[in-house]
Amino acid sequence: MTRTEFWQGNIASAEGALAAGCRFFGGYPITPSTEIAEHMAAKLPKRGGVFIQMEDELASIASVIGASWTGARAMTATSGPGFSLMMENIGYAAMTETPCVIVNVQRGGPSTGQPTMAAQGDMMQCRFGSHGDYAIIALCPASVQEMYDLTAKTFNLADQYRVPVFLMADEVIGHMRERIIVPDAVEHTGRPAFLPGTPPFKPGAGLIPGFPEFGKGYGTHVTGLTHDERGYPCATNPGLHAALVKRLVDKIESATQKLADFDVVNPDAEQIFIAYGAPVRTVQQVIHDHPDRKIGFLRVRTVWPFPAHALALFRCARRFIVPELNLGQIAREIERHAKVPITSVPKLGGELHTPAELFAVWEAGA
Amino acid sequence: MRREVRFSGFGGQGIILSAVILGRAAVMYDHKFAVQTQVYGPEARGGASMSAVIIDDEEILYPKVADPDIYVIMSQEGFEKYGASARPDAVMILDSTLVHSRPGCMFYEIPATAEAKTTLGRDIVANIVMLGALVGYTHVVSEEALKKAILDSVPKGTEALNTKAMELGIALAGGKKQP
Amino acid sequence: MSFEDWFRQDRLPHIYCAGCGNGTIINCTLAAVDSMGWKKEDTVFVSGIGCSSRAPGYIVTDSLHTTHGRALAFATGVKMANPKLHVVVFTGDGDLAAIGGNHFIHACRRNIDLTVVCMNNQIYGMTGGQGSPTTPRGCISTTTPYGSTEPAFDLSELAIAAGANYVARWTSYHVKELERAVKTGLETPGFSFIEVLVQCPTNFGRRNKFRQVADQIEYIKAHSLLKAKRDRLLEQGERIPEDMYVVGELMRRSRPAMGLAPTEVKP
Repeated sequence: MTRTEFWQGNIASAEGALAAGCRFFGGYPITPSTEIAEHMAAKLPKRGGVFIQMEDELASIASVIGASWTGARAMTATSGPGFSLMMENIGYAAMTETPCVIVNVQRGGPSTGQPTMAAQGDMMQCRFGSHGDYAIIALCPASVQEMYDLTAKTFNLADQYRVPVFLMADEVIGHMRERIIVPDAVEHTGRPAFLPGTPPFKPGAGLIPGFPEFGKGYGTHVTGLTHDERGYPCATNPGLHAALVKRLVDKIESATQKLADFDVVNPDAEQIFIAYGAPVRTVQQVIHDHPDRKIGFLRVRTVWPFPAHALALFRCARRFIVPELNLGQIAREIERHAKVPITSVPKLGGELHTPAELFAVWEAGA
Repeated sequence: MRREVRFSGFGGQGIILSAVILGRAAVMYDHKFAVQTQVYGPEARGGASMSAVIIDDEEILYPKVADPDIYVIMSQEGFEKYGASARPDAVMILDSTLVHSRPGCMFYEIPATAEAKTTLGRDIVANIVMLGALVGYTHVVSEEALKKAILDSVPKGTEALNTKAMELGIALAGGKKQP
Repeated sequence: MSFEDWFRQDRLPHIYCAGCGNGTIINCTLAAVDSMGWKKEDTVFVSGIGCSSRAPGYIVTDSLHTTHGRALAFATGVKMANPKLHVVVFTGDGDLAAIGGNHFIHACRRNIDLTVVCMNNQIYGMTGGQGSPTTPRGCISTTTPYGSTEPAFDLSELAIAAGANYVARWTSYHVKELERAVKTGLETPGFSFIEVLVQCPTNFGRRNKFRQVADQIEYIKAHSLLKAKRDRLLEQGERIPEDMYVVGELMRRSRPAMGLAPTEVKP
């Protein structure tokens, strides 16, 4: 039996994680994500899981990665300043192909910025923030319901692709309360199986190696150094390094269509909004308020890898309008793929675009 | 129909809790849609705090309140910051114990803090008195839903006090004309 | 079984320089681990970055060679998520006391059930000999070319002050004592810290007038002062020379600990 709740977004994220079988949370308090840590601190011990408040975010994500190698589904939650600190070990997780979930309830930056106001300024950081080339998966929720559903989904993706997966929320969605239908259970897929006796980093289906969980006698050496299929450091072999990094990127990018999660509204429209996270709600309001207009909408949940193929579904497109709570981070990514002009509609300051603001942009091009 | 309610007062009055209770009543017991938001930040602790609730029969899209239909104002600073600009056809319920100004829109005076103190002996439940008055005047949620949501949300052992506070608010609103 | 059974044979030879003392410390640690009768599948080695931190790569068990300074944070995750695992951390003075200093004091404070072996060579060896927080005043490194002017950290005293249940300091000369200390550390619930002064002939000795490897070992030996003797001297009102290293078991206590396996939890 599903049940209805009136939950805050951050609580829904924590509950989604619990439903997905998250057993370890390592974190550090930071506005506006703290309710997730607080909820996990209350709930995890009662479910046989572990909550630990670490000394900083460097340690938080490190503990999550350590826990993940024991087979536990593990996560952390943070916001801008903490996210910056996590970048070091997010790179380690990408290099060592460690499943982990990072929730970022985005606030205004740079630096301490606007702790209590919404932003989407970390969208490029989540993709490229650690040094070196790698790829990750990032989902963006636009409702309390999606805080739950997409958090649960991040665990499956992290396990399946052996990669850090980000829930890139924002202060609006994280802090608001609204109706949510809580399902009985969420889908739970596992990590790719490890075949004992094979090299632990030998890629299998989808370029992804099986997961040799610690404590099973596999004797796996895990290192952030460039390593061969045995997991042994091999840091001066140019070909091996190139092949490893290429595989880390390809295993995600080659799955772009599979990972894509988006909705299309009015595919025959000429002017199309593209949005993710809280601005989705404003665009939905614009469409609702103007049923007489053909307003296109590509509403994106999987932002990384960006589903560029979705742009082609709008056959009559003259222009894409991209409202974001940043100076056009994903607009630039879309520009890279689109065959028609892009209008970036940035908004800084912590508030959402109003429906009137966005309709005016659309109307100006009609 | 979309209805937007804004609560303001000072930190410690239970302004945020009032909004959460109202949203909860709408969603859990009236089976409607609701979104509750609030101003976070240091000014919300002791200064003017604000929280808003949108209630609708349909799914709520844009989650922010810009131009509320209904105000519940519990402090002078809250009035100045969040109530003074109310549009002429809005309705304001104000705690006349603490708010000295009066808006340009229709308003109802509820001496909630004084009543809570004298009638119930606890001014801490003034916000629940205001919630009762809000529902008495506007029927933005049903009385039954409000009561259940209050009981869900208040500390154990204070159920009777809070129920009385709500009933007091409804009674204070009851003698007056429906807006 | 012997300590040699814990080596990953296909990874040898190791990267350590001729005359390096790290191998001695790894052998002592593995001998202590071996004497515990632990199963390999229940034992995990974790390290950060530096010469010391390459050790887990030569050991046959599951191991995490992590980022600079963060070994204890990773180890905390491993141990808390699966307290049945025995977790041993190899680290060095730069890794533990500089970039990882905050994780160090908090791991001690939590008194999490880890055994940490710190190879203190008083220098950044792997990157060519830069000064570290334990480089003694006056010593030459590539970043202290006129002699270090900063006071050095006493890592063991730091661990004690921060709350570790077991703290001992020995040197690469004191192999028997070291093995016993590591074993006691492994046996002690809570955070066990074993600091080992070790020669780095390539990057410390060479710049600091130790022409032969043996010269530095001789110096370390001569400047080791047993804790019991130190205590006696203090009682007699004697002054302890500043360049002496107090060795021995420096702390053993039973503060409440975290990450204990269910059977170890005392009522």
